Amino acid sequence: MVIYSVFVVNKAGSLIYHNDHSPSRPEVEKTFGYPLELTLKLQDERLLVIFGQRDGIRVGHTLLAINGEDVSGTKLGTDNEKNVMDVLNDQSNYPISIKFGRPKLSSNERIMLASMFHSLFAIGSQLSPEPRSSGIEVLETDAFKLHCFQTQTGIKFIVLTDPRQGGVDAILHRLHELYADYALKNSFYALDMPIRCELFDTSLQTALEQAEKSGVYSGV
Amino acid sequence: MAWDPCNKTGDKHEEDVPGCGDSTWLVMTVFNLYIFDRNGTCLHYSEWNRKKQPGMSREEEFKLMYGMLFSIKSFISRLSPTDYKDGFLNYQTNKYKLHFYETPSGLKFVMNTDLAAGNMRETLHQIYSSIYVEYVVKNPLYELGQPIESELFKAKLDNFVRGLPMFATKSS
Repeated sequence: MVIYSVFVVNKAGSLIYHNDHSPSRPEVEKTFGYPLELTLKLQDERLLVIFGQRDGIRVGHTLLAINGEDVSGTKLGTDNEKNVMDVLNDQSNYPISIKFGRPKLSSNERIMLASMFHSLFAIGSQLSPEPRSSGIEVLETDAFKLHCFQTQTGIKFIVLTDPRQGGVDAILHRLHELYADYALKNSFYALDMPIRCELFDTSLQTALEQAEKSGVYSGV
Repeated sequence: MAWDPCNKTGDKHEEDVPGCGDSTWLVMTVFNLYIFDRNGTCLHYSEWNRKKQPGMSREEEFKLMYGMLFSIKSFISRLSPTDYKDGFLNYQTNKYKLHFYETPSGLKFVMNTDLAAGNMRETLHQIYSSIYVEYVVKNPLYELGQPIESELFKAKLDNFVRGLPMFATKSS
């Protein structure tokens, strides 16, 4: 039972807290011979696999490292000089060892996704066939389940978990409690601003670990 | 005193809401169904038990629904911590549940039900394979990308949904 991450979104839709509790994302490292049978495409400043899925490397995976050197964007290594596409097209570099995996979210992307969810939440309520519906409370995919709790003041607590995790309502209410204790009762905290409080982080970690261990959070 | 579901929140009692005031309260219902093609055109829409209109024209509602689904798919592809096979399955609010099924050809089936419905993926797949494929794809007069005009398709779909074990209108 894994809890992947926690997001807190204020009433304007901006992200004020996030926590990645998950283990790292899947990565695959393989050695390739010339020519490379995967088709790569530059998208969003990253090189993505768009064709040639094989051996654990899926479409949508990003090129993370070549021969142990991390890739950032299209440049290789810390000196950021060599262009990755040039390296891959040069036959003399083969056999070459390349690491692919799901890209880690940058902080800008996280902020953008949080705002995106804030809007989707509202549209879910608007398109409802029943009157007085709330927004999206649970969103299910086959890889994860997203739970959202909106308080009366418009703050949203969003938790991404394994689809089989139980007791997430208790976790969400516990988060609200922690928010009230460590953010709202803090006289130096400005409302709707990012939450930077060590006590909040540590109590949140404890609550998440307890929930993961038991599979169901008992609210204690 | 029998529990009157219409007065539990103190709102206006509507004369034409079937089942109000009765003690029977059947729980599972299907509200409506949308079918979109890969370009976002709404090929078909039916409703059975819808109680709230969205306050915009049908055209706008279709565009908003398709846009929302497209955004949700993009959202989960970026947010997902691991690789996935089927992607977005469903979401629920406190009043309804939206089930989603997309075929490899980009055809999207969207069904709104109440919260008591379980997994409708199989049902949506059946609607695709035994109704859409049979009465639309195999129809030589049907133009791809156009809204479905076939009365036979609409009748078959209606019978199928009404025959679902989870479908029930509130009895009067």
